[in-house]
Amino acid sequence: MSARLTAREITLRYGERVVSTRLSLDVPDGAFTAIVGPNACGKSTLLRALVRLLRPESGHVELDGREVGGYASKALAKQLGFLPQDPLAPDDIKVRQLVSRGRFPHQSLLALWSAQDEEAVAEAMASAGVADLGDRPVQELSGGQRQRVWMAMVLAQRTPYLLLDEPTSFLDITHQYQLLGLLARLRDEGRTVIAVLHDINQACRYADHLVAMRDGRVVAEGVPKDVVDAALIKDVFELPSVIVPDPVTGTPMVVPTLQGE
Amino acid sequence: MNHTLGLRVERRTAVLVVVMVALMLCLALLGLCYGASWASPGKVFAVLTGAERSVVISDWRLPRVLAGLVFGAALGVAGALFQNLTRNPMGSPDVIGLDAGAYTGALIAITVLSGTSAQLATGSVLGGLLVAAAIYLLAFERGFSGLRLVVIGIAVNAMVTAVNSWIVLRAELEVAIAAVGWSAGSLNGVGWGDLGIPFAIIALLLILMTTRAHAMHQASLGDAVAATTGVALNRLRLLMVLVGVGCTATVTAVAGPIAFIALAAPQIGRRLAGAAGVPLLPAALTGAVLLQGADLLAQMLLAPVALPVGVVSTAIGGCYLIWLLTKEVRRA
Repeated sequence: MSARLTAREITLRYGERVVSTRLSLDVPDGAFTAIVGPNACGKSTLLRALVRLLRPESGHVELDGREVGGYASKALAKQLGFLPQDPLAPDDIKVRQLVSRGRFPHQSLLALWSAQDEEAVAEAMASAGVADLGDRPVQELSGGQRQRVWMAMVLAQRTPYLLLDEPTSFLDITHQYQLLGLLARLRDEGRTVIAVLHDINQACRYADHLVAMRDGRVVAEGVPKDVVDAALIKDVFELPSVIVPDPVTGTPMVVPTLQGE
Repeated sequence: MNHTLGLRVERRTAVLVVVMVALMLCLALLGLCYGASWASPGKVFAVLTGAERSVVISDWRLPRVLAGLVFGAALGVAGALFQNLTRNPMGSPDVIGLDAGAYTGALIAITVLSGTSAQLATGSVLGGLLVAAAIYLLAFERGFSGLRLVVIGIAVNAMVTAVNSWIVLRAELEVAIAAVGWSAGSLNGVGWGDLGIPFAIIALLLILMTTRAHAMHQASLGDAVAATTGVALNRLRLLMVLVGVGCTATVTAVAGPIAFIALAAPQIGRRLAGAAGVPLLPAALTGAVLLQGADLLAQMLLAPVALPVGVVSTAIGGCYLIWLLTKEVRRA
């Protein structure tokens, strides 16, 4: 398993609050990695450190053996695409305009808009299923549509890496599976996908590599079939459960045994 | 969408530019015709082309009209920059105290020093930058928050305004009268001699900012997306602050703190253009039209007494502010 993107013994903190201490992670190339864990376990913080939004207090995040902090902004943005949990749309922006913003790292003062940009935007909108929303104002869309528009923006960036912070929140169940299917397809096409996911069963079904976190530490990682058992779920989520094979895919499926309070 | 010269120009923005430029030319012509004695447009054109001579038109009215347009554009851009920085329609230099700070610098230049135009300009820029730095330090607490910056800016504005009153009260009577007349923001008596350096500075700042406008729009997607799509945010913010303060202070040094143009122009321009975010070009054009229009009104309302343009712009801005607040309250 090769890994271009790695975290080596990173310590992460927000102000006084230490989130992770000496955490290490290799992100397997070309795979779908899902990060799971209870609320406030440091999943999002880890993701933000990987895309250089948060500088580790100590340790290194490296891409191709080079510290991400050493990359020029646009050079890094051509490698790592990131979708935060609550992205901010400017007032009155239309869908196509927002998706076009994903082309920013590929543009310069002398080359503001190219045929390649046009093509990337059209393709991204088709992939995310928002091709027919192009002229609609983003603020008039439903939460689910908006999420797919943002997804299209990140796709338009055409990065080998996609890092997504809870991309399925705000989506109804059908759109959740459509989005996960899209991510799996992008992985098949050679991209590396890293997503923080809330639903452990979805993570088991779609991820090649599962990273389970608790209290800022990586508790277990590996192929879901190998790492997910009742003991791990108890350890990570404090939830008693039985693990059965998913009737459709055969991947582990967590069925809580907890009833009532 | 047209793709000329690699630029994406929205059709509605293009229409707005044409309309606004036409409006600017009309207001400019009106400004050249209007005065103690009315000059016909024919005479104005004759003077402009050099066929006739008129000191009143070419040395009194023309510099004033150009100052109205250029300063209006500079204030509009400064407002758009700070509204982008703070992501808040209230976050404009006049509201958060930068005008007042620049005015403090200018007051000190007049009352303590001899008040030459170079001292005025330097004092204004230093005053504006100091206030900007103070607000930034006070507002910066574990990251950057636009709303916190606006609220602290409003408080700083009140304090700096109090300092300005105190300076005026302590000044010699003649100096105080001059300072007060100028405190509302006025283009009365602006001549060619006042304009060369300010116009050059404003042109330089606007060209500099134009090269980074694309990154500024990208930054309106929020810090996380802006950074991960390749915007060097800290450098961009520093440039936006410097250009915004530079434009505000340069105008203040010549014309005093003209309020509300920077607040209203970017938002009116953005709505007229139907554009996303707070773009610079509509803000500049709307600012130019607003200030020139306000200056004409200031000259006409109590003619032959010329009011300071700041009185009119404050009245226009007050109406705008009431409208904005009721709209925001309804939305919230």
